[in-house]
Amino acid sequence: MSWSDQAEFKSLVFKKRLVTTALTLSMSVGYFGFILLLAYNKACLAQKVGDHVTLGIPMGLGVIVLAWLVTGVYVWWANEVYDKEANKMKINWANDMYDQAAVAMKIRKGA
Amino acid sequence: MGGYQTSIGQVSVTSILIFSIFVGITLAITYWAAKKTKTTSEFYAAGRNITGLQNGLALGGDYMSAASFLGIAGLVALQGYDGLIYSVGWLVGWPLVLFLIAEPLRNLGKYTMADAMAYRLKQKPIRIATSVGSLATIVFYLIAQMVGSGSLIKLVFGLPYELAIIIVGGVMISYVLFGGMLATTWVQIIKALLLLGGATIMVVMVLAQFDFNPIRLFDEAARQYGDKVLLPGGLVDNPIDALSLGLALMLGTAGLPHILMRFYTVPDAREARKSVLYATGFIGYFYVLTFIIGFGAMVLVGQNAIRQVDSGGNMAALLLAEVTGGTMFLGFIAAVAFATILAVVAGLTLAGASTISHDIYANVIRKGKSTEKEEVKMAKKATLVLGVFAILLGIAFKGQNVAFMVGLAFAIAASANFPALLMTITWRSFTTQGAVASILTGTVLALILILLGPTVWVGLLKNKEALFPLNNPAIISIPAAIVVGIVVSLARPEAEARELYEEKKVRTYLGVGAE
Repeated sequence: MSWSDQAEFKSLVFKKRLVTTALTLSMSVGYFGFILLLAYNKACLAQKVGDHVTLGIPMGLGVIVLAWLVTGVYVWWANEVYDKEANKMKINWANDMYDQAAVAMKIRKGA
Repeated sequence: MGGYQTSIGQVSVTSILIFSIFVGITLAITYWAAKKTKTTSEFYAAGRNITGLQNGLALGGDYMSAASFLGIAGLVALQGYDGLIYSVGWLVGWPLVLFLIAEPLRNLGKYTMADAMAYRLKQKPIRIATSVGSLATIVFYLIAQMVGSGSLIKLVFGLPYELAIIIVGGVMISYVLFGGMLATTWVQIIKALLLLGGATIMVVMVLAQFDFNPIRLFDEAARQYGDKVLLPGGLVDNPIDALSLGLALMLGTAGLPHILMRFYTVPDAREARKSVLYATGFIGYFYVLTFIIGFGAMVLVGQNAIRQVDSGGNMAALLLAEVTGGTMFLGFIAAVAFATILAVVAGLTLAGASTISHDIYANVIRKGKSTEKEEVKMAKKATLVLGVFAILLGIAFKGQNVAFMVGLAFAIAASANFPALLMTITWRSFTTQGAVASILTGTVLALILILLGPTVWVGLLKNKEALFPLNNPAIISIPAAIVVGIVVSLARPEAEARELYEEKKVRTYLGVGAE
């Protein structure tokens, strides 16, 4: 069994894929939702939210804010959750490699 | 030039002075960097000693071009709301770069985009194919930047077009040739700070006239030009075209070779991640500024005056600088625009030279047997050749409408580079043949469909009707590249690519053994 088949590692990879996929989808839905509104429902974006200012302006700026938000969420998750687990796993990995090397040395000496 | 009085187009002492100071400082940095640029890792990746914050600024420097500064401000000034659609599009690719590309790329690769694919796919074919995609992206982007810079400098400083191109090309070659990635990075950082600082000052001066309340600025714009300037207008008439452009902008950002290459300049994946966070922050902030600058120009300079100076509106930001801060401030902003062009072409040239020397020369021709010294020498030769080539192309395309080439560069990056890179990183059954077929499909399809589309076929070649209805091919070329990649990979499995994928998974996710 190769190291990458270990349940712990596999679950970490799965978690990372889940988070990145969810965030990619949020960004895409936000952005393409905005584009589709522009394309199919201009009237919605033309609604007034002030004397002259239209809903389109906060919506457009909102997509920029969404980009900041998803980026921030990911970096927080990656720093606080992912990296901690990954670092633990890295130590395990190094220990395993060391053990394997030690076994190999023994075999070589025995022969 | 009609009735509007401006000093734009005259040789300005202030701007030449400020620009000379910029060139002086950056060349001094290049001299310092040259002493630290001997090995391949130093030439391509600045010795991997750049911090996340520095790289974030440099990514911004690579990405915020004069076209997006002057172009978007001008678009907003003349068309109002529609300019925001572009600003948003240029930004939304960055989170995807972060989620999907930055960390695995940093963990798997060494200097170029191809490195992160060749770890599991066959060296020769994959490096040749990625070089085609990368160089196509770089060359079209470079032509657009060079031609834009010549026209801009002629308009702003009153210098002859050819001389402007030669100055830009010459200074840019010196940065890359002698200072490699280290000098290029610092040029980007200084430029990003100047651009963000200059734009911030301009926005503060504009908003000062409206009690620091942007809503009053928008209201004034609506009062002068009607509510239409605050509404989505004709820019997105064809929904499919709008989606297609959106896809190209979003995924293209994640396939730009000069952007991807920057992730190798930081020590590890964690810093790479941090650098995208900063970059997204700076770039988003910058686009919010350009939106306000555009409206400021519309109200304080006036649409007629802007059109009188340049019918495309490209001088809007500069005219606003003059109105708000006088000739001195105009000189400053003009010098910043000049510096911006220099920095972007330097980044592009370095990425192109690396593809030639690292992917084609060192790994395909010499099959990885060249020494560091030989590879750096080749990288410098490639820089010189590519730089001179850029100057010649800039002069050859004088007066041509090359704006579509930026769209083309993004379409190729989104169709050829991004899908193959993503599938290599995430899909275990992806094969060398699948990758090569996907990259070539993406490149060729993007190229052909743009040629047959309304912009080139009708607009430039003066045919009556476009053979392909969309201005942007991404909505066809991206799915086609993905499908071809999947079908070819499934039809002819490659056991070795699969094994290597599993073997290197620990490196992809944990960064164990990363360079």
